[in-house]
Amino acid sequence: MTAIATREAPPEVAPAPAVPGRRRWTRRILPAYTWLMICYFSLPILVMIVFGFNDTTGKLNLRWQGFTLNWYRNLFDNPGLTAALRNSLLIALISTVLSTIIGTMIGLALGRYRFRGKNVYDLVIFSAISAPELVLGASLLSLFITVQFQRGFVTIVVAHVAFSLAFVAVTVRARVLGLDPTLEEAAQDLGADHWTTFRKITLPLLAPGIVAGALLAFALSIDDYVVTSFVNGQVETFPIWVYGATRVGVPPQVNVMGTLIFLGGVAIAVGNAVLARRQRA
Amino acid sequence: MSARAGGGRGLAPYLIGLPGGLWLAVFFVIPILVMLSLSLQSGNAEEGFRFTWAWSNYADAWEFYSTQFIRSIVYALIVTGLCLALAYPMAYWIAFYGGARKSTYLFLILLPFFVSFVIRTASWKFILNDQGLVLGPLKDAGLLPDDFHLLATSTAVIGGLTYNYLPFMVLPLYVALERIDPSLVEAAHDLFASRASAFRRVVFPLSLPGVFAGVLITFVPVASDFVNSGILGGTQTTMIGNVIQTVYLNSNDYPLASAMSFLLMAALLVGIFTYARALGTEQVMEVSQR
Repeated sequence: MTAIATREAPPEVAPAPAVPGRRRWTRRILPAYTWLMICYFSLPILVMIVFGFNDTTGKLNLRWQGFTLNWYRNLFDNPGLTAALRNSLLIALISTVLSTIIGTMIGLALGRYRFRGKNVYDLVIFSAISAPELVLGASLLSLFITVQFQRGFVTIVVAHVAFSLAFVAVTVRARVLGLDPTLEEAAQDLGADHWTTFRKITLPLLAPGIVAGALLAFALSIDDYVVTSFVNGQVETFPIWVYGATRVGVPPQVNVMGTLIFLGGVAIAVGNAVLARRQRA
Repeated sequence: MSARAGGGRGLAPYLIGLPGGLWLAVFFVIPILVMLSLSLQSGNAEEGFRFTWAWSNYADAWEFYSTQFIRSIVYALIVTGLCLALAYPMAYWIAFYGGARKSTYLFLILLPFFVSFVIRTASWKFILNDQGLVLGPLKDAGLLPDDFHLLATSTAVIGGLTYNYLPFMVLPLYVALERIDPSLVEAAHDLFASRASAFRRVVFPLSLPGVFAGVLITFVPVASDFVNSGILGGTQTTMIGNVIQTVYLNSNDYPLASAMSFLLMAALLVGIFTYARALGTEQVMEVSQR
């Protein structure tokens, strides 16, 4: 999200004065098209939100029957769904903590030092980010089958750490590379030892990168269906449960949970952008 | 680079990098090797599998599922083309005429990412339902026959894939277009280039790195997607990802499933490599040197 907020627009390009009749492309057609596409992007989100208020009687949520707050009041009435959501949150939390710690360490190593084998790290991290999720899931499942490891909660966490780790590492590395080394030198000149310098100078300076990496890891984990579907065994996460429900009909509580997660995510992104703007001002 | 000077700290990067390196080795690199080995084994789920250089798994994978393989590649080509055509005008307008609201437009385009992938797709299933928001009114008005349906057709699957991966195409295009110095376009106009030829000879070539990145970032996940065809598709739209998932989890024919995953990975790698050689690196290099 930070990438969006960081660059401000240069002054608007003056449309070429040569052919005034053609201005309607940039004045009318392209903006209209862009807004149309934004509507298209928002349509399924809007439908999700609206039908969370649908006063439907049966299990199926298909036609608009009138407004109700029932599904917000009875959000946790569906035990299977509630358990799945709890699993998802717990898995996202644990895998975020693990991948943030380990990923930050890799990011530091790669951003700060030159060492033998660095290319290998770079290659593996690049592959982990660009490999199709299907391959990640299928290969992890192959491993768990071969060593006959019981699939479930633990294997989901392990898999989620494996794919979010690389994202945290590149996010933190970018921050490390942008760090001003004189600040740390100054601390050491003032008598701080390595550990104090790290704790009081380096870590606070890296914090925005680490937080961004952690948010990314959380978002990747809570949304993951593909990799999880290979390694989950009998454990159901929120996306797995919803995918199963699409065959028989998605209950309105899913819309409500989706809406709440959506609002939470938007609030964090907007808050982040506002904060970044205020810091620069 | 801020590689730190000073001796005596040679072990530090290895120590901090170790936990992550081990994690990636054990849970990313080794699994792929295990999958390769599994794809050459034979046996069955009850009695176990043994390594026998069973290349026949690959032959079987192609013989049984070439339709789904080819379908996945065709879908991915169509979806990538659609995404490029739909995303370019948007990215162009935001980059050149977005003014102070560029970030807002991008944020609006990225909104779908704040909703779970599966829910987004389920929402499309709901919208495209036989009696749903789109088809219901059209059928009531008599504009469509009652038995017309969109779900379980390639149209629905391609539509879902396009929707889900379109933002991935917009972003790299926007980044590449936004980098173009507007004075270059002005210079072209000063030299009497028409708008069309200024676009064709200045803007478009300079945006090629974005096109290259966007195509890669869309094609690879689309070709291996199985959520869209799982939710929106039917038996006639099965993609290779669906087959791999089913063979792993339901038929338990692990060697065959591994062979398919490997074939898919190899096909994608070869594709990426050829594409990069043919179009990417050279052209990208050439453009950046100008």
